[in-house]
Amino acid sequence: MLELLNFYLIPGLVLGAIYALAAAGVSLVYGVMRFANFMHGDMMTWGAYAALVAVLALGISPWVALPFAVAATIPVAWAADAAFFGRLRRAAPAVLLISSFGAALMIRAVVYFVFGPTPQNYGQGLVPPLLFGEVRIQQRHLFILAGAALAALALHLLLARTRAGRAMRAMADDPDLARVTGVPVAGVIRLTWAVAAALAAIAGTFLAIDTELTPMLGFNVLLAAFAAAILGGIGRPWGAALGGLLLGLAEELSSYPFLAGEPLLQPAYKTAVAFAVLVLVLIFRPQGLFRGMG
Amino acid sequence: MEPFALYFATILTLAGIYAALTLGLNLQWGLTGLMNFGPLAFVAVGAYTSAILTVGGSAQHLGGFGWPWWLAWPLAALAGALLALPIGAISLRLRADYLAIATIGIAEILRLIVRNEDWLTGGPLGIPGIPRPFEGLGLPWGQFAYLALVAAVVAGLYAMAQATARSPFGRTLRAIRDDEEAAKAAGKNPAAFRLQAFVLGAACMGLAGAMLAHFFKFMGPDALDPVTATFLVWVMLIAGGSGNNLGAILGAVAVWALWAATDWLAGQLPGELATRAAYVRLFLIGLALQLILLYRPQGLIGERPPRPA
Repeated sequence: MLELLNFYLIPGLVLGAIYALAAAGVSLVYGVMRFANFMHGDMMTWGAYAALVAVLALGISPWVALPFAVAATIPVAWAADAAFFGRLRRAAPAVLLISSFGAALMIRAVVYFVFGPTPQNYGQGLVPPLLFGEVRIQQRHLFILAGAALAALALHLLLARTRAGRAMRAMADDPDLARVTGVPVAGVIRLTWAVAAALAAIAGTFLAIDTELTPMLGFNVLLAAFAAAILGGIGRPWGAALGGLLLGLAEELSSYPFLAGEPLLQPAYKTAVAFAVLVLVLIFRPQGLFRGMG
Repeated sequence: MEPFALYFATILTLAGIYAALTLGLNLQWGLTGLMNFGPLAFVAVGAYTSAILTVGGSAQHLGGFGWPWWLAWPLAALAGALLALPIGAISLRLRADYLAIATIGIAEILRLIVRNEDWLTGGPLGIPGIPRPFEGLGLPWGQFAYLALVAAVVAGLYAMAQATARSPFGRTLRAIRDDEEAAKAAGKNPAAFRLQAFVLGAACMGLAGAMLAHFFKFMGPDALDPVTATFLVWVMLIAGGSGNNLGAILGAVAVWALWAATDWLAGQLPGELATRAAYVRLFLIGLALQLILLYRPQGLIGERPPRPA
């Protein structure tokens, strides 16, 4: 039982928290701008590498580098919107999706160009895990869980309590109605990109802290982010966060030896869990757990 | 002279294989509006199906059937179609973006299978010794003959794609793409038509995968790169002209020529710079896609729906 908690449930929660942040960003952009933003994964990568630059240049820990990661990622999202997405707003959502795919590749190309394909890390070294009786938890896992909870709380306060958040939700519910009732559409879109980029940068840096930095870091979890967002009901950031948690737990638990010592699924195929969840949702509950948009 | 001719034949052969892929994507996206972001998956299934059926026996992977290529290639196309069937059946009745996400997923899973199921695919070592048709003719004629074979396949696919686009079936696909509600009102079942177009396009991609495997005479996980097997195909189709079969072929040849030329140019640079030049090229091809979407969304030659005869 303890093994299940220490080696599967806690890592599952941590991965789930990272997916939750990534999926919330995807869902937010989908809600306000109505397209699947395939650039989200590479915004995560960008944020993680921006944090690496701060870590190397200032000799700080990656946790302290988070604001740098966020500050470096928001302009990228704004620039992509100004240069590409904003001009395609009247085109079909499919065209925006293709454009975001192209933008994703451009970001990845820059990361490859500057940092090369070799995996890197933040140089934290080995930190002994914390022990609470028999329960072992890695310090970084504790920080990631706390950080993700704080980010989720901030997102909740923004969406639920502020004028700007209300405007974002109004755009997601009915863009035309929002426009005619005087919601400043351009400002809401800028804010949405900023929030999505911040969530991506945090999720990317957390993921890199927990694993390692590679130029494919974010793209490798893009499928999971979308599966979580659809599971939670696309366009609903809270649903996406819950979907992310569930998916992270499912991924880690999938390699638990439930069956007489054999893992349920070979760890090499963990990525397939996100796909399986996606397929099951599409078959049985395409609107997601919390009725997403049509 | 001969090395140059061989190099040229290699470029053209690969351009032809890309043309088959782009024609398949055109059937899905150009004609029907289906976003397949996993051509890699169907290429992989086709390539490995044909490779396994034709190679000699080996302890490293499944094989030893020793079938002739002309029997294996149709089965590679069939394998692509069979993979597309369940994916399409699940995701095509929903929003268009869901197919894009599902196909990205299936492409990633295929990459995992290829890398991990050693008994089937040879894992990271791949499958060597895939026979290339007309190899017996020696160089350079064997390679020219293979080019001719690829060209003939592409011509055949083009003729079929043209016939499809002109047929009532093709008209229905365009109608569903442009106005689903109107097509429904006319009594068409969009989901069924979409599924047929998706499966047909996937069959083209499976066949392209087989041609690729037999050209390389080797198939391994490194030959399946999302950038070259998926993204480049999209750029080719959009540059050439979505919805236009000739545009699909033109885009494949033009973009591949550019890709190969920049590859050659980058190769002239010293070591480290050559690697970096590849990333610059990746950036530029992404930028090129954006510029086409913004300034020439119809591509080199846009769609010209045929007039009813």
